[in-house]
Amino acid sequence: MSNETARRIAMLRDMARIRAFEREAVAAMRSGEAPGVVHPSIGQEGVAVGVCANLRRADRITSTHRGHGHAIAKGADARAMMLELHGRAGGSCGGKGGSMHIADFAVGMLGANGVVGAGIPIACGAAQAIRLTREDAIVACFFGDGAINRGPFLEGMNWAALYRLPVLFVCEDNGFAAFTRGSAVTAGGGPAVRAEACGVPATAVDGEDVLAVDAVAADLIARIRAGDGPQLLHARCYRWDGHTGTDAAAYRPAEEAAAARDRDAIRRLAAVLEAEAVAAAEIAAIEAAAAAEMAGHRAAAMAAPWPEPGAAFTDVQDAGAPA
Amino acid sequence: MTRITFAEAARRALAAEMRRDPLVWALGEDLVQGGIFGQYKGLAEEFGTERIVSTPISEATIMGAGLGAALCGTRPVIEMRIADFTLCAMDELVSQIAKVRYMFGGQGRAALVVRMPQGMWRNSAAQHSQCLEAWLTHIPGLVVAAPGTPADAAGLLMTAIRSDDPVVLLEPKNLWTAEGEVPEDPSPIPFGVARFAARGDAATVVTWSAPVPVVEQGAAQSGIPCDVIDLRSLWPWDEAAVIASVRRSGRLLVVHEAVTVSGFGAEVVARVVEAIGPAGLRAVERMGAPRAPVPFSPPLENAMRITPGRVAEAIRRVAGA
Repeated sequence: MSNETARRIAMLRDMARIRAFEREAVAAMRSGEAPGVVHPSIGQEGVAVGVCANLRRADRITSTHRGHGHAIAKGADARAMMLELHGRAGGSCGGKGGSMHIADFAVGMLGANGVVGAGIPIACGAAQAIRLTREDAIVACFFGDGAINRGPFLEGMNWAALYRLPVLFVCEDNGFAAFTRGSAVTAGGGPAVRAEACGVPATAVDGEDVLAVDAVAADLIARIRAGDGPQLLHARCYRWDGHTGTDAAAYRPAEEAAAARDRDAIRRLAAVLEAEAVAAAEIAAIEAAAAAEMAGHRAAAMAAPWPEPGAAFTDVQDAGAPA
Repeated sequence: MTRITFAEAARRALAAEMRRDPLVWALGEDLVQGGIFGQYKGLAEEFGTERIVSTPISEATIMGAGLGAALCGTRPVIEMRIADFTLCAMDELVSQIAKVRYMFGGQGRAALVVRMPQGMWRNSAAQHSQCLEAWLTHIPGLVVAAPGTPADAAGLLMTAIRSDDPVVLLEPKNLWTAEGEVPEDPSPIPFGVARFAARGDAATVVTWSAPVPVVEQGAAQSGIPCDVIDLRSLWPWDEAAVIASVRRSGRLLVVHEAVTVSGFGAEVVARVVEAIGPAGLRAVERMGAPRAPVPFSPPLENAMRITPGRVAEAIRRVAGA
């Protein structure tokens, strides 16, 4: 097996793990086992995996409310994430964050975020600190198409270009800003045009083709590592599910979502691998292992203890901590 | 001791901290030019423009970038130019900086300082004169300090920079040019420890920030022997000192520049009543601004201003003299 094929198998495994994680997460949310809501990224796995395949452990990412895929692709502990979604002790954040605030600093995952676009300024500052401390690392900043209508997007593009910061901005364009079609609320030419107006070069890619994302991300990240300043990757994709795990997405035609399922990034990569003589049984085994892993994490989460109530009052602050 | 201005004391303290710790850096508008009050004067020359960073007028990103930089191990000093402009960066301060450590289960710390020059200054009108400390003390996760003397400007800034908590430092615009005695080699002043500017058992007067010298003058004018307590930090604040003083005097006056309604003075009074019971209090008064924006014209602005004369009258009322 060539190195290239091995790398592609690893990408397939990551995409399958993300999908399996989110299927379990949505099921747990619908059954009431996991409290609160989750925002699934099923159908968008190619973006997270294609970008993160080109990142190193020391590199940082910032993520969004739809961030499970980014975290898993960056190497976050999926078991701890599942426990977090269930609000259990041993979760990524000890049960204090939940789905929208998953973080895993050990692998450079600086946090999902419940506020659209909020990761953009944070990513800029992370890149400034990396430069100040002469660290050999870059930052990948994921955000959705809805974020480009917030002020921090404009501020951040100008800021990153001005200081030539080592940031890859990844606009994950799934076509919807919550329940509203992005095109219905976005004037002008979209993320690429806006970024380029601030001096951030932009490249479009089919986000449902993980190999295309991988190739483009590799090129852009190489330039960023070389000190050429920020880049924006505009990855078009489609959110198979609704905004949240309970949103039936009745605001869009069923055929549109069905067509997106036909473009499934996992099946497309599987077809490439089969053409490279990887056995269908091996691919099926990878997917089955991913499903079994995440089902196991869900069972572990249900068996895990709740946090001690006193933990609600820790990690607020040192000076003036709650009495 | 040396007699220098508030701005110079703060400038020297920042320079000393930057010499001590190469991870300390500052970002904000016009910092390379020295900042609008001269509190960064000469620092770009000494530390370079990688550590004294002049930024675009992008408050949300100034604040948010400070957080990102803190999460990657540096200790940023975030300059908001004036406190009012923080309102353009409230998500970054309130929902990001104040909450990261908690939301992420202790994985990340926002060890940073947000400097917010606040209050009335030379007829700056409604959008450049606000005191918003009550908004900030209400937010779990934030430390809020409010120096009222040059010595405290230096000492509290040093503590803020060394703190692993996010610290909001409210620097009174009206006092930048005020002079005071500052140690040659200032040391950090702990949060939550008040300073007694005067001592006396007839009344307890609590204040902070810009009104501090005004209240000191007013207390002297009143002729009433009272404790004048400069809180210096508002969260945490020195409840023990205030409560002990009111137990002796039974009479409490709180003076702040901010609007009285829902101001931090209400918190001070409420805590004292909880601690000593209503029977322990013979008189209570809050003095702050009326619930109106700050006007432009000098006589209109002066109508809002806390003066030594007004403070002296209030002390006499509270003391029952």
